[in-house]
Amino acid sequence: MNRYFFSDMSVMLGRSMRHIFRSMDTIITVCITPIAMMLLFVYVFGGAIQTGTDNYVNYLLPGILLIAIASGISYTAYRLFMDKQRGIIERFNSMPISRSALLWGHVLTSLVSNMISLVVIILVALIMGFRSTAGILPWLAVTGILVLFTLALTWVAAIAGLSGKSVEGASAFSYPLIFLPFISSAFVPTDSMPKVIRAFAENQPVTSIVETIRALLSSQPVGNDIWIALAWCVGIMLVAYVFAMRAYKRRAV
Amino acid sequence: MEKAIVVNGLRKSFKDTDVLKGVDLEVKRGEIFALLGSNGAGKTTMVRILTTLLNPDGGTATVNGFDVAARPDQVRQSISLTGQFAAVDEILTGRENVILIAKLRHLKNPRQVADHMLERFGLTEAADRKASAYSGGMRRRLDIALSLVGNPQIIFLDEPTTGLDPEARIEVWKTVKELADGGTTIFLTTQYLDEAEQLADRIAILHEGRIITNGTLEELKQLFPPAKVEYVEKQPSLEEIFLAIIGNKEGK
Ligand SMILES: Nc1ncnc2c1ncn2[C@@H]1O[C@H](COP(=O)(O)OP(=O)(O)OP(=O)(O)O)[C@@H](O)[C@H]1O
Ligand SMILES: [Mg+2]
Repeated sequence: MNRYFFSDMSVMLGRSMRHIFRSMDTIITVCITPIAMMLLFVYVFGGAIQTGTDNYVNYLLPGILLIAIASGISYTAYRLFMDKQRGIIERFNSMPISRSALLWGHVLTSLVSNMISLVVIILVALIMGFRSTAGILPWLAVTGILVLFTLALTWVAAIAGLSGKSVEGASAFSYPLIFLPFISSAFVPTDSMPKVIRAFAENQPVTSIVETIRALLSSQPVGNDIWIALAWCVGIMLVAYVFAMRAYKRRAV
Repeated sequence: MEKAIVVNGLRKSFKDTDVLKGVDLEVKRGEIFALLGSNGAGKTTMVRILTTLLNPDGGTATVNGFDVAARPDQVRQSISLTGQFAAVDEILTGRENVILIAKLRHLKNPRQVADHMLERFGLTEAADRKASAYSGGMRRRLDIALSLVGNPQIIFLDEPTTGLDPEARIEVWKTVKELADGGTTIFLTTQYLDEAEQLADRIAILHEGRIITNGTLEELKQLFPPAKVEYVEKQPSLEEIFLAIIGNKEGK
């Protein structure tokens, strides 16, 4: 069966990419909230926030990108849920198709659409005064981390989409994910937070990812953060992958 | 191998409801087999087991000579499923839906297959419209067309005409008969005796988890109380009125 994995997967990818391009409004919706937050924080709260940097857009952007990803992946949960509800998954599962082709198609589609949103948001940030001194290699590293983070959260979304009982249930799981950056160093340095919250903020995945991206973009040393960030992304991805596949196969054989 | 489907002592329960309590049946190659049962009798459960979507709790089922639990891949090569509710991709057009399935069945000329299928099911004109804009009948026809892509040997149709208007229903019947004439084995489920009567070579009635009767229409008729002659003024049924009007319109 595996002989056809790549061809089946690319057919599935083509299918879900069509879904995206027929609903470009979803990409716009995904961009609007993070952009609005960026405007709000830079022009309204920004003056009062002490980050120790003179360019608050630079400080803010990494967290905004993670928020965009966290909201973007809920569409994958939605699409998988619809496939399940409309009987499409059963149709595919009764055919001689590589087992995981459908899931990979959705996951890669999520990656492409999230990357499009991120590019849009970075362009807006540039207009708002975002500047980076980073060269090609650090940018590649940033892209790599964002790709890993998207893949990790998309597999989490797949679990929700496959096991959700309603559309709302399938997509609501992403709200807490969108909140994580607020309790991290994404908007304000963690030193100002009360002890317990600070301990949480400093040890949750978003902080290490934000710190890594921020350091890479401003040509600062990344230190240990990059390894912690990578460990979180890869760890979440592997665990979520296993559970998503289990949820998928439970309805197969 | 003479039998397309052989089921022995098949059992399945969900939590505390025993749905199938030992089902035995056989379907010969090339015949139309109707599984008749009321709401909740377990027809869909039966179909889902035979199409490898669900594992049985006990008993055996072989499709095209392959055990459904042990060799699901081989079973999937031999069958296709049209589920109880039309499973078409609503965001894609009718044509794209057929091409998608043709590609997944690894056929050589997906576009040609699509043209052919759409024509056969009277969907050529609607081919480039999104399936979400299709009527219930068109959606069902597309759904069945998708199942026929790649000419599978055994076709499962779970209540193919429930929810269709009389005209669409007769069209589905016609398609099923044509398929059977072409040598395809058909396993269909239905709640309607008249549908089974119209189509099936053999009928089995599923009731309370078991097959209570199984045979040709003739054999079953002998089990029913003998026909009595009674004179009753008969109002035309809604179906007859409908067909008469439609027929008139098309005649003009
Ligand atoms: N996944 C499931 N979990 C729990 N119970 C189920 C499940 N699937 C079916 N059942 C139960 O099993 C019984 C048989 O269901 P099934 O869908 O096979 O009936 P059916 O004959 O197809 O009915 P219908 O004519 O309404 O389609 C029902 O009581 C149903 O509630
Ligand atoms: Mg049913």
